[in-house]
Amino acid sequence: MADKVYTNEEILKAATKIRKSILGIALRIGGCYLAQACSSADLVATLYLRILNLGPSLGNKEALPFPGVPSPTNMDYQKGSTYNGYNPKNPDYSKDRFFVSCCHYASVIYCALVEAGRIDASAIEKFNVDGWNMEMIGAEHSPGFENTAGSLGQTISIAAGTAHAYKMKGHTGNIVCMLSDGEIEEGQDWECFQAASFYKLENLIVYVDKNGQQVEGYTKDVMPTEPLVERMHAFGWECVEVDGHNIDAITEASKTPHKGKPLMIICDTCPWQGIPLLKPMMPKHYPRIPKEQKEEFQKFYESM
Amino acid sequence: MKMEINKHNENILRMASVHPELVVLSADLGTSCEVKEFAQKYPDRYFSMGIAEQNMCSWAAGLAREGYRPYLHTFSVFLYRRILDQLEMSIAYPNLPVVFCGFVPGITTPGGVSHQSTNDIGVVRTIPNFAIFDVGDATEIERVLDLAWDFNGPVYIRQLRKEVPRLFPANKPMEFNKARVLSEGTDVVIFSSSIMTEEAMRATAALKNKGVSIEHLHISTLKPFTDPQVVESLKKVKYGAVTIENGTVIGGLGTCVAEVMAENAIGKPLLKVGLNDQYAHGASKMYLLEHYHLDAMELIKKVEKLMGKDLGIKKEDLEAIRFEDFSEV
Repeated sequence: MADKVYTNEEILKAATKIRKSILGIALRIGGCYLAQACSSADLVATLYLRILNLGPSLGNKEALPFPGVPSPTNMDYQKGSTYNGYNPKNPDYSKDRFFVSCCHYASVIYCALVEAGRIDASAIEKFNVDGWNMEMIGAEHSPGFENTAGSLGQTISIAAGTAHAYKMKGHTGNIVCMLSDGEIEEGQDWECFQAASFYKLENLIVYVDKNGQQVEGYTKDVMPTEPLVERMHAFGWECVEVDGHNIDAITEASKTPHKGKPLMIICDTCPWQGIPLLKPMMPKHYPRIPKEQKEEFQKFYESM
Repeated sequence: MKMEINKHNENILRMASVHPELVVLSADLGTSCEVKEFAQKYPDRYFSMGIAEQNMCSWAAGLAREGYRPYLHTFSVFLYRRILDQLEMSIAYPNLPVVFCGFVPGITTPGGVSHQSTNDIGVVRTIPNFAIFDVGDATEIERVLDLAWDFNGPVYIRQLRKEVPRLFPANKPMEFNKARVLSEGTDVVIFSSSIMTEEAMRATAALKNKGVSIEHLHISTLKPFTDPQVVESLKKVKYGAVTIENGTVIGGLGTCVAEVMAENAIGKPLLKVGLNDQYAHGASKMYLLEHYHLDAMELIKKVEKLMGKDLGIKKEDLEAIRFEDFSEV
């Protein structure tokens, strides 16, 4: 649990601020992953402010210049996981780890880190700015990221391998992984789902932002993943589906008993939640603010 | 020549007894990759991942991040061709110490094209942070896992299994990024790797009988490829260089040598023996070596070409040393 106890109201307020920040970015640079921000802000805020058991951030409050790619001579750069309180040199294994697979949600993660007091609001000014660590799609060094997740389907396996290690070593922290629904179309996810249940990884907890859309349209039209709950049950997982905009429902779902099994919590979400002006554009992976609507969006932004 | 058997099995057991962090992951081919006994002796450190190499690779990344040292076991072809993206994004980019123990490299399997890793060196060589080892005999099998451990980053091993000849003295172990000088000479330099070194040794013996002065280097580290011995040997020979490798001539040993020659302005001809930009089919090793001209005779032809003369060496002259064959998939 986070040290400070946040009320539902505070969490919803933080989620609104996340959406507002990302709308602000979109107004500034023309577009952003707004649909993902709208769909996942409540979930990500609930994770950071209530569900995840993280230590205090050890990362820089301000953005940092890109520290270079990992190599034999560059392994001690500041890892993105330090912002989640993970100290690679001296880990507290009772704390949770948070793996973000849907890393094009980076802006949501950065803004949630601001709301959780883990980075300064001014760091967001460096979002997607050349030469800085706040890239549009996160990697090992990006605040809040454990790994380089841009090629979908791999992070769930890395998280499961970590959970396997935690289990063997008797560490009590949970390994939490966030997925979006589209990426579950990758075959590797299913390889991992079968292995995670085979190894009885009850310390592996997966949250899915099921916003029902992906690059080419609605998931149901591109490549449906439903019925996901039934599929997960068949794969030996505990799995529940909740309203991803209901803080109490997400909180309750996180307590679902899952003895001897990994747990998946599917959060049913809406890609224009909180910014209804986006609705006519959907489905859209990367909404841009139309010139003729800029003023309208600006006005809405100010009202948030 | 002495044949040794199941040296990897012995070696991984020795490594496991010294390094408690070492774990083995298998994609349903562990029993074909000499880790059956490991699984019996260390059941808690042997992870059956099923026929699912992508997950196995990224899962290993998670284990490596937590201090385990995963040694992945399956056929080499499934450890690069099938999972290249996982190998790059999950392992290579974060520079994790994961060892890919790839068995039946090149044409050492009768399993046909799907089982033959014929362009793996060329592919893996382009990946930052990786080291590549291509073992040639039992003596090298006995040391390669130690070198992989010491490298402390991602390592791709083309490993030999079951009956393997001992070509090199047991007390002269494989060294990191160091060519093994098997013959010194001034006419032609031969670079060989993997099972082709045995062929090259046969060819060298026959060539020496005809008075040709051969410099012969066995190469077992394909990345990095910076041993100064390579340059030195290239500089000292009169006619040029020949490479012979267990795979395609594009991107592997021949290409490594060509790059070194160009970078060092060594203006001599280089001829390459290997698969000539083609796949192979399923058959015995002996058949494949001959069918695809990956043998001592072809090497001799290339040396003759470099020297511009017919040395009159016949197939019978090479019969002195015979191979054991690989007959199992």
